[in-house]
Amino acid sequence: MSDEEQKKSVAFGETTDLENGEKVETNEGSTAEGHSVAGTNISADEMSSRIENGEAEAEAPATFDPSAMKKKKKPKKEKESENGEEAPKENGDGEGFDPKSLKKKKTKKVKTEDGEAAEGDGEIDFSKLKPKKTTKKKKAPAGDDDEFQKRLEELGLEDKKDEPAVPQTQEEIEAELAQGTGVWAQDNATPFKYSQLLKRFYINLYEDHPELSGDGRLKNYKIPPPQVAREGNKKSIFANLPEIAKKMKRNPEHIIQFIFAELGTNGSVDGAGRLVIKGRFQQKQLESVLRRYIVEYLTCGTCKSPNTTLMKENRLFFVNCNICGSRKSVSAIKTGFQAALGKRKKQQA
Amino acid sequence: MSLDNLKSFDPFAETDGGDDKKDYIHIRIQQRNGRKTLTTIQGLPKEIDPKRVLKFAKKEFATNGSIVVDPDLGDVIQLQGDQRQKISDLMVASMGIKKSNIKIHGF
Repeated sequence: MSDEEQKKSVAFGETTDLENGEKVETNEGSTAEGHSVAGTNISADEMSSRIENGEAEAEAPATFDPSAMKKKKKPKKEKESENGEEAPKENGDGEGFDPKSLKKKKTKKVKTEDGEAAEGDGEIDFSKLKPKKTTKKKKAPAGDDDEFQKRLEELGLEDKKDEPAVPQTQEEIEAELAQGTGVWAQDNATPFKYSQLLKRFYINLYEDHPELSGDGRLKNYKIPPPQVAREGNKKSIFANLPEIAKKMKRNPEHIIQFIFAELGTNGSVDGAGRLVIKGRFQQKQLESVLRRYIVEYLTCGTCKSPNTTLMKENRLFFVNCNICGSRKSVSAIKTGFQAALGKRKKQQA
Repeated sequence: MSLDNLKSFDPFAETDGGDDKKDYIHIRIQQRNGRKTLTTIQGLPKEIDPKRVLKFAKKEFATNGSIVVDPDLGDVIQLQGDQRQKISDLMVASMGIKKSNIKIHGF
């Protein structure tokens, strides 16, 4: 059930699921590696660090361990860089460090962490957030297709005596409603079912006041998938950025800035408004970047709705929600550390 | 007399995390030529020695790497290839860093 929800509700459909799957897999894989390697290779290191630990606890500041080669080095370095605060720093070092080589901790933590990872992934999706918000909605036909389907079938069984043709899919129902056929026809004498009326209410509500209907349909907040093409060998073109920016009601500049910071590259906008990104990127990759943008700069922190506006005040960015009126500050886009790439000669010149 | 309602809730606090003073560890990726990539780890806490992390990571991931000292950002670990997931797992599992404090960037 929850899987299906995810599939439906995330803007880009299948790829996210793939990603999730991959993430989890890689998680497990790498941790497994971690075990084996830690088990075999670092046993010596482990021993020494354990010894260190024991002795360090006994007499904290100055210890002379013949076995602890690395430990000696470390405090030196810290002194060089920071000057002073030796005793507490060293202690901290010991504690912060040797767990790395302890096997036990690894296994335990990793397990719990996997669970968290799965949850965390889920949280990014809009779907999981939405159902929490309104419990009412579950009753609403607009909510879950599956549940609705089930109910429909039940209804269908009852209805069969009256009329054989009960619309099965949501689309059919909507179509009937729109066209005024089936149950909704003028001359149809069969009494309305409560669920049908409820459905009608939500459809009408959505049509007239989409913002009031809450997550009924907005749950599937959709953004056209990024169209990515390759220009030459080293550049990628993100063709429908203006369209996406318009849909998200964001300044394309802001999105571009975010994309560049995330991908660690740069690029330019060509005459047609398309974004030319340096480096090879696939649609999937840009999707994940966009998704992160949505989570960070688009969704409201309180009600998770994407109907928000970004404002700048005194160098600070705020996201104002147009639905619940809440307001949260978001960090400005930072590029962070950029490693020097390319030829040295070029950079010197 | 104290009112329970008026106690220590800060309505202006950040809604999701709670801690404003989060020092994120940023794990980034950069494309090099072809399929090659570079992973950078920025903002390691001070009580963690980047040298040892690097040494461990190099052995564990079977990759090369280096420490770059940035004037603004301090020590930055560079690793060859895409090691983002692995290094974050490592940090969470054995260095006592919370997952919420790690930010993985890139695609």
